[in-house]
Amino acid sequence: MTISTAPAPNAVPLTARRESIADKTFTGISVFSASLILLILAAVAAFLLTEAWPAITDSSGELAAKVEWLNPENGETLISTIGYLVFGTILVSTLALLIATPLSIGIALFISHFAPRRLAAGLGYLIDLLAAIPSVVYGLWGSIVLLPVLKPFYAWLGTYFGWFPLFAPDPVTGEVSATGRVALSAAIVLAIMIIPIITAISREVFLQTPKLHEEAALAMGATRWEMIRMAVLPFGRSGVVGATMLGLGRALGETMAVYMIISGGLTYSLGVIQSGKHNTIAAYIATQFPEANSSGVSALIAMGLALFIITLVVNMLARWIVSRRSEFSGAN
Amino acid sequence: MNIALRTGAVASAAALTLLLAACTPSNEDTKTTSSSAPAMTSEAPVVPALSGDLAGAGASSQESAMEAWTAGIQATNPDLNITYDPVGSGGGRTQFLDGGVAWAGSDSALSEEEYVLAVERCGADGAINLPVYISPIAVIFNIDGIDSISLDAATIAGIFDGKITKWNDAAIAGQNGGVALPDLAITIVHRGDESGTTKNFTDYLNKASNGAWPYDASGEWANALGESGQGTSGLVQIVTDTQGAIGYADFSKAGALGKVSIKVGEAFVAPSAEGAATALATATPAGKNGDNDLAFKIDRTSTEAGAYPLLLLSYVIVCQKYDDAAVAANVTGFLSYVASADGQAASAAAAGSAPLPADLSAKVEAILAQIAAA
Repeated sequence: MTISTAPAPNAVPLTARRESIADKTFTGISVFSASLILLILAAVAAFLLTEAWPAITDSSGELAAKVEWLNPENGETLISTIGYLVFGTILVSTLALLIATPLSIGIALFISHFAPRRLAAGLGYLIDLLAAIPSVVYGLWGSIVLLPVLKPFYAWLGTYFGWFPLFAPDPVTGEVSATGRVALSAAIVLAIMIIPIITAISREVFLQTPKLHEEAALAMGATRWEMIRMAVLPFGRSGVVGATMLGLGRALGETMAVYMIISGGLTYSLGVIQSGKHNTIAAYIATQFPEANSSGVSALIAMGLALFIITLVVNMLARWIVSRRSEFSGAN
Repeated sequence: MNIALRTGAVASAAALTLLLAACTPSNEDTKTTSSSAPAMTSEAPVVPALSGDLAGAGASSQESAMEAWTAGIQATNPDLNITYDPVGSGGGRTQFLDGGVAWAGSDSALSEEEYVLAVERCGADGAINLPVYISPIAVIFNIDGIDSISLDAATIAGIFDGKITKWNDAAIAGQNGGVALPDLAITIVHRGDESGTTKNFTDYLNKASNGAWPYDASGEWANALGESGQGTSGLVQIVTDTQGAIGYADFSKAGALGKVSIKVGEAFVAPSAEGAATALATATPAGKNGDNDLAFKIDRTSTEAGAYPLLLLSYVIVCQKYDDAAVAANVTGFLSYVASADGQAASAAAAGSAPLPADLSAKVEAILAQIAAA
């Protein structure tokens, strides 16, 4: 005897009511909102492409003659400048991420598993407040308050860790920066700016850990740290990766804080405590835009296009990593 | 009871805040600039008041002066609405040539291509440069206990090109006999953004240093050395915060930092507005659009006594003929005030600039009168 699972041809559907006007309106609004976002994204991409087109299609010689900040006699071209800036952007953002991620995970774990309820709520609120501070304020605070504190730290780093390529002092003068306006300072300020983002999302993800998993671990005699290692972190891994990618996205595009802190330069150096060696795309655009003529603006927008593509790639990578463990992720 | 207490606390806090806000001195600045207006009205010729909107754009070096000039002209012509967008000299010239603004403020005169574009914008007579703002550029430094140092252009070039790296180097000590220079590394600070100040400073180094500065004059800093700050205030902030730093900035923004006296002829001259005006007197005319084009080529190697040739000369760029009579009246009326003795005094007070020499001021006003009548 077979059990037929197909519904009978003339069966009454489970829902007796047809779609009402409210249903249709809601569907319409949702579809419209989603399409609007796609439209805006497409419009931004189209704007970047159109404005950057004169700069991209120009041969190196013609463009460099019209743009003030390109010196063709030094062999500079738009591509070479973009290369330096992409390197600088990725260097500063990666450093910021390396500093921020362990701190954020620690804060999130503390809030979700260690702190008493009221302290956790207050701490969470304070961390979110950090995200509300404008980046201009971070830039000012960084350049006026933080740099004098970091200067002796860099001197110490250069003296005792100068053998490590990252902390090498200037090969010419043998000293580290006298003002502290270096890539590492920008990375530290960026790290402070992205900690709230990573912490907020990680906290939510850790709170989603199934209680049964946690209690099972504890029942087997695990200490609290072992329970976290066995139950919480594996569960939250892809969510944390998504969170760090969001933080990285913010760090890649951050303009004002870097603009005010860093003494810019265009090199492929790894010395992050030397001045005048690095700059990021966003800060460079902010520096050159005020005095740029129309060719210069076109070249700067070409740089913006490069940054847009990098950010897209980073976000797509993040989504892919998250989707590999989608059954565990809070983001799906 | 609780609600009443809380409401009372909030209300009294609000009242106290408003009270304290009323005591702020925020209105004092406008009082000083408008107090110059009564002096102006007693001397200005009786002309019908200008009215309408007038838009200009350009050099950020003229920004503080422009605020004083706008306040001054609006005291007697309250219906004249002036806007100045300090996008930078390049941006200002571009907007002027596109027809977007009536005049441009610019740290450098029009280039060859721009003269040609100006013919399209203004008609056959094209556009001219008129000087309105002279500002000395001070080489500033920060060493505890030292207010002034004497250096010649070659030494300054050596410092900014990284050849001289310590303050007690023989080249510096040789020109500063009685000064106890510390054994401190020199930290160069330059502008990160493109700037008229950088262009004039590098022009001075290029012309006056006898080859010690191998780069051309440019608004962008040429070598890859040193720290960089954004804008004059950024640069001054870095020099103020760093012992042993040296930089260059508009004299009016140098504050209490040490300033270098540069070698002119056989003497060392400290930066001053008078020195800048004296140096301008030795400048050669470099206007390419007829007698009315008052562009100047500053003689950076001048040996005139008391001259300070490290200066920034900022122009306004105007058409020789405006199609719209109202625009012509507004532009020439405003810029006549700017070039007049009162306008120059206002900008000297507000922005620390050197007033235009009287004959140059008269010349500019005469040319503007011609444009108004055209």
